[in-house]
Amino acid sequence: MRRVRFELNGQTVEHEVVPRLLLSDFLRDVLGFTGTHVGCEQGACGACTILLNGEAVRSCLMFAVQVDGATIRTIEGVSPDGTSLHPIQQAFHENYGLQCGFCTPGFVMSTCALLAENPAPTESEIRSHLSGNLCRCAGYESIVQSVRQAAWELAGGNCAGKADGDDE
Amino acid sequence: MKPAAFEYHDPPTTAEACELLAQLGDEAKPLAGGQSLVPLMNMRLATPRHLIDLRNVAGLSDITISDTSVTMGSMTTQRQIELSPAIRKACPILTEATTHIAHFQIRQRGTIGGSIAHADPAAELPLITVLLDARIVARRADGTRSIPARGFFYSAFVTELDETEIVESIELPRLADGEGWAFEEFARRQGDFALVGVAATVTLTDGKYSGARLAVSGVASAPVLLPVAEHLVGERPSPALYRRVAAAVTAGLTPGGDIHATGEDRRDIAGHLTEVALAAATERALQLTDRPAGRR
Ligand SMILES: Cc1cc2nc3c(=O)[nH]c(=O)nc-3n(C[C@@H](O)[C@H](O)[C@H](O)COP(=O)(O)OP(=O)(O)OC[C@H]3O[C@@H](n4cnc5c(N)ncnc54)[C@H](O)[C@@H]3O)c2cc1C
Ligand code: FES
Ligand code: FES
Repeated sequence: MRRVRFELNGQTVEHEVVPRLLLSDFLRDVLGFTGTHVGCEQGACGACTILLNGEAVRSCLMFAVQVDGATIRTIEGVSPDGTSLHPIQQAFHENYGLQCGFCTPGFVMSTCALLAENPAPTESEIRSHLSGNLCRCAGYESIVQSVRQAAWELAGGNCAGKADGDDE
Repeated sequence: MKPAAFEYHDPPTTAEACELLAQLGDEAKPLAGGQSLVPLMNMRLATPRHLIDLRNVAGLSDITISDTSVTMGSMTTQRQIELSPAIRKACPILTEATTHIAHFQIRQRGTIGGSIAHADPAAELPLITVLLDARIVARRADGTRSIPARGFFYSAFVTELDETEIVESIELPRLADGEGWAFEEFARRQGDFALVGVAATVTLTDGKYSGARLAVSGVASAPVLLPVAEHLVGERPSPALYRRVAAAVTAGLTPGGDIHATGEDRRDIAGHLTEVALAAATERALQLTDRPAGRR
């Protein structure tokens, strides 16, 4: 057992973890943040994407012991006030960027990272950056459209992923 | 599935990491970005008893650029490489190859040292180290050694590294002034491992080739260097030449087939990508040497 202390969606968390516990399982099964989904546990599907120190990473390819000292944001921490939708979430909602919703947390977190780094991506940049997130039902057109709208809405503003100083 | 139980170590120095490896032997594995090792552990294809996480080891992710080389600590992430303006300037072929690795979320964690130590036959970074004949600096409890990349990769996932050694840094020679370069690969989907990758450099003097290098991945169990210079040196560039030389140097390749492509397909792809890469590298070399004439 090891004790880890880190920041999760703005709150300090301290917990004992065994080394073999994946970060994705720690978030879901131990801490109850089930918005982070697990599709493949091989890095291929992107459903488990979270922001680690402001950057999008696969939570299924990290161990919980490795987050000591880190700042993590999951889909539960994207809303500005805990109830209303973030402009990225609103855009997915309005553009039918989801059907079953299994892939959506991963797409939203990847979009947070993309728009923080590149607030006005071209369509091909959007497709390239989201190539590591798989969706088996909505079709990608509506997702690309959602990201375009989100970028437009956020123009001049910024994305929750970095606006509050996650990184640096 | 879930990884088997293991003990976790996160030493603060390479000396301590090497000490642990020396004590624990093949029960232990270094953990870098985890983007290859953790999937293998999740599938129980790897069940190390001890993981030695290098994340807290000081000084392993520094990038140093000199007049002749680019040196990267083994924990330099692929994303750090891709986004570094200094590397783009000093070694643009490295930047280009790196952007083809997986997806940005994976490059965020994946490291150059991990790619080299893992030695997937289709991986981009081993290919570039072989093309440029990089030096791989490995350390163990009783000392360090510098291994030429051209003698490092034996076969799929097998390298010169022994299990008590840690890759400390990778030193890539910079391209010479006026040297044109190209990196080309073919993958079924963006982010997949490439079926075949090709990296090339060419140098022109008075409109004729005076030097050339070519390395190919995905066509054997490790990256291969092909003897392109002997076909090109003294010749003038032309599309017919690219085609003829590409066919000649790839004709003897005997890649294996798998569910992704037959061996013949891979050889054909290698031939085509070589032709494209020679044209692109030549174009860059001409732009570099013809600059005073103001063409293009
Ligand atoms: C979906 C997906 C797609 C991918 N696509 C590609 C691709 O297209 N091209 C590509 O090249 N790679 C690809 N990869 C793998 C790449 O992302 C890995 O980053 C890389 O292969 C290993 O680097 P790592 O830092 O993650 O190493 P780890 O996974 O931590 O380690 C890999 C191996 O190297 C050893 N090791 C690591 N660091 C050292 C060191 N310093 N000294 C000694 N041994 C060490 C470990 O013990 C382990 O055996 C992909 C991965 C995924 C999940
Ligand atoms: S569950 Fe992590 S990438 Fe699929
Ligand atoms: S909405 Fe169902 S997988 Fe994407």
